[in-house]
Amino acid sequence: MRVVKHPILPDDAAPDCIIYHDGQPVPAKSGEPIAAALLAAGVRVFRETAKKRNPRGIYCGIGRCTDCVMVVDGEPNVRTCVTPVRQGMEVRTQKGLGEWKNS
Amino acid sequence: MKKTQILIVGAGPAGLCAAIEAARAGAKAFIIDENSKPGGQLFKQIHKFFGSYEHRAGVRGYAIGTDLLRETEELGVEVILNAPVYGLFRHDGGMMVSYMKDGREKAILAEKIILATGAAENALAFPGGTLPGVMGAGCAQTMINVNRVLPGGKIIMIGSGNVGLIVAYQLLQAGAEVSALIEAAPFIGGYGVHASKIRRAGTPIFVSHTIERALGKTRVDAVEIVRLDESFQPVPGARRVIEADTVCLAVGLSPLTELAWMAGCDFTWIPQLGGHIPIHNENMETTIPGLYAAGDITGSEEASTAMEEGRLAGIAAAEALGLTAERAKDIKLEVWARMNALRTGPFGQKRFEAKAQLLESAKGAAR
Ligand SMILES: Cc1cc2nc3c(=O)[nH]c(=O)nc-3n(C[C@H](O)[C@H](O)[C@H](O)COP(=O)(O)OP(=O)(O)OC[C@H]3O[C@@H](n4cnc5c(N)ncnc54)[C@H](O)[C@@H]3O)c2cc1C
Ligand code: FES
Repeated sequence: MRVVKHPILPDDAAPDCIIYHDGQPVPAKSGEPIAAALLAAGVRVFRETAKKRNPRGIYCGIGRCTDCVMVVDGEPNVRTCVTPVRQGMEVRTQKGLGEWKNS
Repeated sequence: MKKTQILIVGAGPAGLCAAIEAARAGAKAFIIDENSKPGGQLFKQIHKFFGSYEHRAGVRGYAIGTDLLRETEELGVEVILNAPVYGLFRHDGGMMVSYMKDGREKAILAEKIILATGAAENALAFPGGTLPGVMGAGCAQTMINVNRVLPGGKIIMIGSGNVGLIVAYQLLQAGAEVSALIEAAPFIGGYGVHASKIRRAGTPIFVSHTIERALGKTRVDAVEIVRLDESFQPVPGARRVIEADTVCLAVGLSPLTELAWMAGCDFTWIPQLGGHIPIHNENMETTIPGLYAAGDITGSEEASTAMEEGRLAGIAAAEALGLTAERAKDIKLEVWARMNALRTGPFGQKRFEAKAQLLESAKGAAR
């Protein structure tokens, strides 16, 4: 959920672009991290671990823990908490360590 | 190779203040930060600061951050963003820092280096602790105050230090429900004013309690908490399950000291300051001549003390370069007076003592 009205901070801008999460359109604000757009849309599971397929989501929010990595425009292991959205971006739940398209 | 007089790693309040003082003294200062925005933790902080007028009491963190940024710009300090620093070496009588920028390795030579890398949040291990919905309190704070997104609807906060108390209140302000705040110690760790704001908002604070596990299959659905006895052991039968979709961990900060270790600084162990701390003297200079440390890297306190330590390191580094000799002495005295004033009261006194212990270890350290 987005925090539009706030007792201290000014009103927040409305989403102005669209990214795709596993094929589904998700509204996003230019410049915000991918993880913020996904949380706002209620997405919690960002990837599954390699061996046991356990779910993982955002944890540190500052690019240190790598729990939030997803496949972004075909590239796996992208830290979504520090990578800004771009109009039309394709974001996919990462399974295990991910695969590079050309390897 | 690029060269500068004073290089600062970290553009948080400590690093920005160090750069401002160094540049005011006439030094060429240069800041590198791995973030896409400068300001460190300041832009997450939307509450009013404590202390005196000089400490910007009553002003909110993000407003202070904006002022500091404007000042560094006016003084012509160069700031490089999106650039993690990964190496610090001795080179040609000076020091060399290596960093990544746009996927390439870069290096810069500096006469003096100031480490202002801040601190990272501690983790806590418990069953279910890896489920989506368990996150650092700082992560939640960034989401609500910077990105303006709620990380969840029903939140349990673990830890009643100032980070736990402040972030819990800010989650309430952002419209979340904070179902409970849990603290293992028998008393609240942070300031009473913050704790009473949370209680007034209807959030119960459970002291002598800890999280037993987080329940849920693909995300947190509930949390089991348990009461602890005087020796921090679970009391049988004193368990309860609270519905929640998010668990925020505010269980302390550890200084980010990798670069100081790499440079070969001497360290000391002071638990009240967050663990291993690089030893420094009154000028914030470590046991490596020309290498300074300021802010949370020398022990987690708060933004106001981080700013003062930054000023001290900046002016001392400029002084060591032969700049601003007469002014430096006065400025350092003023900064120490303000910093000692910040370290008073029941909480400040403990930090004052811990810091005194740190300065004392500098006297014993071999140079
Ligand atoms: C989650 C959280 C909440 C807090 N809330 C409050 C609060 O409400 N009030 C308060 O007074 N204090 C608060 N604090 C304490 C806070 O740490 C201080 O207020 C202050 O921000 C410390 O300043 P600093 O400049 O030392 O570190 P920081 O503000 O953390 O800045 C350090 C900077 O260094 C950069 N950096 C680190 N390592 C590298 C590297 N290797 N290469 C390049 N750049 C690097 C980081 O990106 C960051 O920008 C909080 C701390 C945390 C972690
Ligand atoms: S949440 Fe830790 S790296 Fe993104």
